[in-house]
Amino acid sequence: MQVRVTNVSKNYAGMAALADVSLTVGSGELVALLGPSGSGKTTLLRTIAGLETPDSGVVYFNDRDASESRIQDRGVGFVFQHYALFKHMRVMDNIAFGLRARKKNRPKEADVKLKVMELLDLVQLSGLEKRFPSQLSGGQRQRVALARALAIEPSVLLLDEPFGALDARVRKDLRRWLREIHDRTGHTTLFVTHDQEEALELADRVVVMNKGQIEQSATPDEIYDTPATPFVFSFIGESSVIPVVVGNGRATLDERVIDLEVGVLADGPAKLFLRPEDVAMVTDGGPGIPGLVVSTRRIGGMRRVTMECGLARHRIEFDAPAEIDIHNSQRLQVRITGGRVYGDGEEGYATEKLASSDTADFKWARAEGWIDR
Amino acid sequence: MTEAEKSVMATRRRQKQAVGEGPLTRAALIAVALAFLGIMLIAPLLVVFAEAFSRGAGVFFDALVAPHTMSALQLTLLVAAIAVPANLVFGIAAAWAITKFDFKGKAFLLTLIDLPFAVSPVVSGLIFVLLFGANSALGPWLDEMNIKILFAVPGIVIATIFITFPFIARELIPLMEQQGSSEEEAAVSLGAGGWRTFFLVTLPNVKWGLLYGVLLCNARAMGEFGAVSVVSGHIRGQTNTLPLHIEILYHDNKAAAAFAVASLLAMLALVTLAVKTVLEARFAGSLAAQRRH
Ligand SMILES: Nc1ncnc2c1ncn2[C@@H]1O[C@H](COP(=O)(O)OP(=O)(O)OP(=O)(O)O)[C@@H](O)[C@H]1O
Ligand SMILES: [Mg+2]
Repeated sequence: MQVRVTNVSKNYAGMAALADVSLTVGSGELVALLGPSGSGKTTLLRTIAGLETPDSGVVYFNDRDASESRIQDRGVGFVFQHYALFKHMRVMDNIAFGLRARKKNRPKEADVKLKVMELLDLVQLSGLEKRFPSQLSGGQRQRVALARALAIEPSVLLLDEPFGALDARVRKDLRRWLREIHDRTGHTTLFVTHDQEEALELADRVVVMNKGQIEQSATPDEIYDTPATPFVFSFIGESSVIPVVVGNGRATLDERVIDLEVGVLADGPAKLFLRPEDVAMVTDGGPGIPGLVVSTRRIGGMRRVTMECGLARHRIEFDAPAEIDIHNSQRLQVRITGGRVYGDGEEGYATEKLASSDTADFKWARAEGWIDR
Repeated sequence: MTEAEKSVMATRRRQKQAVGEGPLTRAALIAVALAFLGIMLIAPLLVVFAEAFSRGAGVFFDALVAPHTMSALQLTLLVAAIAVPANLVFGIAAAWAITKFDFKGKAFLLTLIDLPFAVSPVVSGLIFVLLFGANSALGPWLDEMNIKILFAVPGIVIATIFITFPFIARELIPLMEQQGSSEEEAAVSLGAGGWRTFFLVTLPNVKWGLLYGVLLCNARAMGEFGAVSVVSGHIRGQTNTLPLHIEILYHDNKAAAAFAVASLLAMLALVTLAVKTVLEARFAGSLAAQRRH
């Protein structure tokens, strides 16, 4: 089942929770909705499910205007942010609820039991069917909520932060397991998450939302490698931001401290966004951007270094091999091997991939990748 | 231990005393609470029964089986049997509307529900006299249609419904508000219709509050005096409820009989409380499980 959201807006007391949102989720696709708190993720999900009525715009299920059918008939499985289990019912009755509520071809009670057992097995909760929700852990409740939504064999599965309240370890397990279930059942799935790692790892496509609008909708690779807006760049992964001035096809900081070729970007103020891996320390004595180390910390096998450069002491973060001893107040030089420059264009953001650096010799395949694209 | 540590310890000790009372204070507080309960609640109850039997068991039972007592009892039970289910439906509907939907005039409706609590019962009774009396706008029409409301059973029922309306709604509104509508939304998204959602999800979640509301409503329906007194007309054997009957007996200098009937009313109240206690004890498990969630 394809879900198509077209120009949907929703206001709460004059404040836009959704502002002209359009989104298509293909049949069988697994899409992640990512965004900061209050960006409208839940509102979008609830609008698709029919639990909210949009102020304007239409939601289509396979070319059919969804508002023509009742919520009950939409065939949407919804897993709520706070589970919303029926607390006076045992686990098995929770899961069976949707099957028993069917008007047309309601299964026989024996078949309902069978199906419930099958689902309990799927969510790995066999043996807990007689418990009440209050007698389960958070992760178990979450899985009951999922089993309950799956029971009605929905054509669209909507999950609102399905792993929100769980610890990192359990999240990882459930994440893999959700992917498996999705691949096995082939539901069209849309899930909300705060966690970018989760979104990038799990989804076929990631939709980044901010302030009720969709900033970018693309594959995890594209989201990470070619963020469409400064917001997406800074929301996904780690980033350093440096204000630069664009003129004559070059972006510069303090005249010559940073001097990068940026091609067609319009003249004027712009912002340079760098990921830690876009910056490398100069160890061969070649030219580079001079800076002063203000802090270092260990991250896995690397050392994350924070350096200040330029007159206004802009901070740049980058990773250096842990073997190299770097200490505070040390002076060193770095070269920029990637990143993006976003101009303050009037029609949104003109963006330019970084094509070159002031230090001409590119050693890294990644940097060459930038040029190729 | 340094001076600083010592002073911290001392402070802690003082704080502990300030929070956890000493055994003497505790005993005194419990004694005061029990004494208050004894004087204000238990003693009057005992007095009622003592007075009822003051002329012997014979007088007591004679008063109970007297025809007028019997008819008053029947009327009281009839009124409660109509008023309580009516308020059950009204109360649930009002609580449902107020907590699950957003609409204009919600705050006004909330205030309106409290009206019977705020207005003196006598005034409530007078309102109905004004509404249905011979001089009212409705009066002549009712006369013509030969419908008797005032000084008849319908009037008593209406007044009782009015007086006891807030009990169930007031009990349910905070409960339903606290529970929100997420479970209902889940039910609807799973394909359940409105009635199914209501009976399988909403109702079970508020059943204890509802039961408590019904019991309170019932107790008041059987015990209401002021409003009923105004609209009933005090026709013995016809429009006298138990409370009205007790008053008449009392003014007729039949104190023992009055207290005998009063003890009947008190018994009804005690039975109500007993039923509630038994039900709560019986379902304590599922109640605790729900609360913990
Ligand atoms: N029922 C409501 N009444 C008023 N405002 C609301 C309501 N629901 C949501 N909002 C507002 O709409 C905006 C979007 O809310 P939404 O719940 O969709 O955010 P979200 O992206 O799901 O956030 P989170 O990640 O914290 O769950 C927020 O500013 C919120 O305050
Ligand atoms: Mg949310």
